[in-house]
Amino acid sequence: MAQAVAIDGRQDFITTKGRQISRLKCDDDSIAGAVSQRACVYCGARVVLNPITDAIHLVHGPIGCASYTWDIRGSLTSGEDLYRNSFSTDLKERDIIFGGEKKLAAAIDELVAKYSPKLVFIYSTCIVGVIGDDLEAVAKAAANRHGIEVIPVQSSGFAGNKAAGYRAACDALFRLTAPATPAEAALVGKDRSINYLGDFNLAGEAWIIRDYLAQVGVDINAVFTGDSSYGELKKATRARLNIIQCAGSMVYLAGRMEEAYGIPYMHVSFLGLADTADSLRRIAAALGGGSLSERAEELIARETAKVQPVIDGYRAKLAGKKAAVYVGGGFKAISLIKQFRELGVEVVMVGTQTGRKEEYETIDSLVADGTVILDDANPSELEKFMTEQGADLLVGGVKERPLAYKLGRAFIDHNHDRKHPLSGYAGAVNFAAEVYTTLCSPVWRHAKMGGDLDG
Amino acid sequence: MADLKVAKSVSENPCHMCMPIGGILPLKGVEGAMVLIHGSQGCSTYMRRTMAEHFNEPVDVGSSALNEKGTVYGGGENLKQALDNIRKVYDPRLIGILTTCLAETIGEDIERLAAEYLAERGLADLVIVPVSTPGYGGSQADGYYLALRRIVAALAQPTPRHDKINIIAANVSPADIRELKRLLAAMDIEYTLLPDFADTLDRPYSDHYTKMAPGGTPLDAIRAMPGAAATIEMGVTVPPALSPGQLLADEYGVALHRLPIPIGVAATDLFLRTLREITGRKVPAGVLAERGRLLDAMIDSHKHNFAGRSVIFGEPEMVYAVTRTCLENGVWPTVVAAGGAGGEAVSLFKDVLAASPEPSYFLSETDFAEIRFRSAAAGANIAIGPSDGRYLTEKEGIPLVRLGFPILDRMGGQRILSVGYTGTANLLDRITNTLLDAKHHTYRTRIYDEFYKGRRLNLAPAQAR
Ligand code: SF4
Repeated sequence: MAQAVAIDGRQDFITTKGRQISRLKCDDDSIAGAVSQRACVYCGARVVLNPITDAIHLVHGPIGCASYTWDIRGSLTSGEDLYRNSFSTDLKERDIIFGGEKKLAAAIDELVAKYSPKLVFIYSTCIVGVIGDDLEAVAKAAANRHGIEVIPVQSSGFAGNKAAGYRAACDALFRLTAPATPAEAALVGKDRSINYLGDFNLAGEAWIIRDYLAQVGVDINAVFTGDSSYGELKKATRARLNIIQCAGSMVYLAGRMEEAYGIPYMHVSFLGLADTADSLRRIAAALGGGSLSERAEELIARETAKVQPVIDGYRAKLAGKKAAVYVGGGFKAISLIKQFRELGVEVVMVGTQTGRKEEYETIDSLVADGTVILDDANPSELEKFMTEQGADLLVGGVKERPLAYKLGRAFIDHNHDRKHPLSGYAGAVNFAAEVYTTLCSPVWRHAKMGGDLDG
Repeated sequence: MADLKVAKSVSENPCHMCMPIGGILPLKGVEGAMVLIHGSQGCSTYMRRTMAEHFNEPVDVGSSALNEKGTVYGGGENLKQALDNIRKVYDPRLIGILTTCLAETIGEDIERLAAEYLAERGLADLVIVPVSTPGYGGSQADGYYLALRRIVAALAQPTPRHDKINIIAANVSPADIRELKRLLAAMDIEYTLLPDFADTLDRPYSDHYTKMAPGGTPLDAIRAMPGAAATIEMGVTVPPALSPGQLLADEYGVALHRLPIPIGVAATDLFLRTLREITGRKVPAGVLAERGRLLDAMIDSHKHNFAGRSVIFGEPEMVYAVTRTCLENGVWPTVVAAGGAGGEAVSLFKDVLAASPEPSYFLSETDFAEIRFRSAAAGANIAIGPSDGRYLTEKEGIPLVRLGFPILDRMGGQRILSVGYTGTANLLDRITNTLLDAKHHTYRTRIYDEFYKGRRLNLAPAQAR
């Protein structure tokens, strides 16, 4: 069944459980004309860095790149909100011909005068990569002029896919967090606290986890990058452990920090009851166990007792339903499969925009035989497999929603602009409630009648 | 009216989008058409996201997915492969190719590539419309009209005179498109409406889904536009070089009437009067009754509206129509921002605003930081425009009436009806009720603070009120 896709070259990106997962193609460029759901390098970099609340995020490029990304994420702040603006050098034809470096420098000057930031990110976009503006030089000069940090993000849209943007963001973060003096270098790994990587504080999710860990007795030093500030990130290398939630975007940074500073890292997930409990246990154990582990068990028992009955209530209503998953990263897909299992919903199709080989192997080990697994899907494939596999529901982002609805199927938003948290115990209840709200809505009864009075 | 020029090197919260997204819209209103963006993957994904959220519809747009190699050595192969794949999956009768800033900067010659492709594949029936829409070359409004003009240029053929008239629609909502059709039907007029995304971008739910949305202006109808008696183009702010109506006038001698979008009494009157003049048909009693109802609505709400001081922003053509509607109702415009409007359009706005008894700022190259600053200084109390204006609500407490494209934070962008007498009454109600809402929210506290302060200090304020 997976063979019958319309576009040549797409066959290798699709498999069914039971076939050889190791042959699945991923982390490759999209095929021209395939209407990919993916974005660009700039997009990847921007989503990762944008939640840094007190930074100026300046997009060096034509206006479009900035207007499509103005405040579109649900990352919340507890302090400054400079990050919610979208600054652009708004390059015009003559800048393309004569180069945009002067304009960029002037833009930084104006923004520094107006906002006195400590940190400025400048993002390169497609045409900047082509006209060859020297961001590094402009950044350095501006940093010297103003005595602040100006960090270029090499995110030309065409130079790879979204995953390349994640790496560009991690490079910028690695640079930002590097100890600047011997005195600071001496503090590396010396704090009791840990860093939390790959949570963007969508709808306050990082706050939920910070609170759990505080109850266990673990302090979070810096979050990368949800609700983080320049000052917090500057002290990031003092932490003794990095935990990573969104691996796709952050494992590269964690690797570099381990290599450079010897800070170990571990993967966690706070999506769903099982993963949340498991992560809390493993964090406590990694930090020495003992009373930490005891408090973790107490927290798990207390919170589980609170939410399990609620979730069981939903579970009873969802029995026998089937779900399709098409999300950005592999980490999210894996968590969703487990979370659906907690709800008694079977996942029959699963795919991602930027999943990695190891993640697809994990996915393969989790799903039932016959499940379709695919990388970088397009609307036509989503339609085909949702229908063929009999999925009642799709999890995805904004672009996928109308397609699911047009096919008369339920939909769950797992995107960057969501307004309710999906992490931790509170998030697990929200998720279950949303699945219930969409799958069990009375509208489907009427929709089944299609366009005809007599059904 | 004061004029303002601010020299700035940075745009702070953009107030318009780029050319290619504007170009997608008209192509989505042509029967059997598909769109391909020549550039890297991100642009088309962002544009699809914006459109999917505004219309609440699947919006499929292909990308040639240019990568490093294509950027260095030319993207011709990518483009041709993309065309192959688009044809395979969607089987379109027309493909519009829109360039991005990337393709333009590396100097892609899409005209040549398209011709080569058709010849190489031996495709006699497929129409390819290449449109050069560099992201740095203009705003979405420019992209919209340029794509329309190229569609007409590619298809139009010498045609014997016939009775249909051409209507070129501005970027209004699918509901507006349906309303225009209803008015034309009420007057018993035969027409070619371009673009027609009434169904393609707002399709009814049915038990059957097809990849290509049914509907859109038929290709043959576009081919025959040169035989029409006249063209009515909603495009008073559009430079002639981008105007499809101008092309039909210059090359085929079709009389051109450039009118504002029919929002407001005067503009709707003008639209119907022009239709009457061209076709000799009557405006039926039912439509005149709608006019009467609009006047009734205007009178009912005039005092409330007179308290309105508006900020109007968005695409020039829509902003122009809304500004006139505000002026008709005493909702005096304080800040008018028509992103990308230039040349003659600027003087057009200045003329209109000169009629206002109160001062107003006109901004053509601007951003939301500027709009916010001006609006606060002028004491504006209502904003009218697309969703990004919610920033004004959040920062300055100026409530927003959502209108135009895109509406990303509310349901039903595709169903907002504002054209014709009925649509105008609709819009006016939304404006008036927003003003009333704000008033009712604050009048107790305001009056208490102003007139009661200091007395009966022994009572808690809550009880005193
Ligand atoms: S121009 Fe390039 S960087 Fe900007 S949105 Fe498009 S693909 Fe991304």
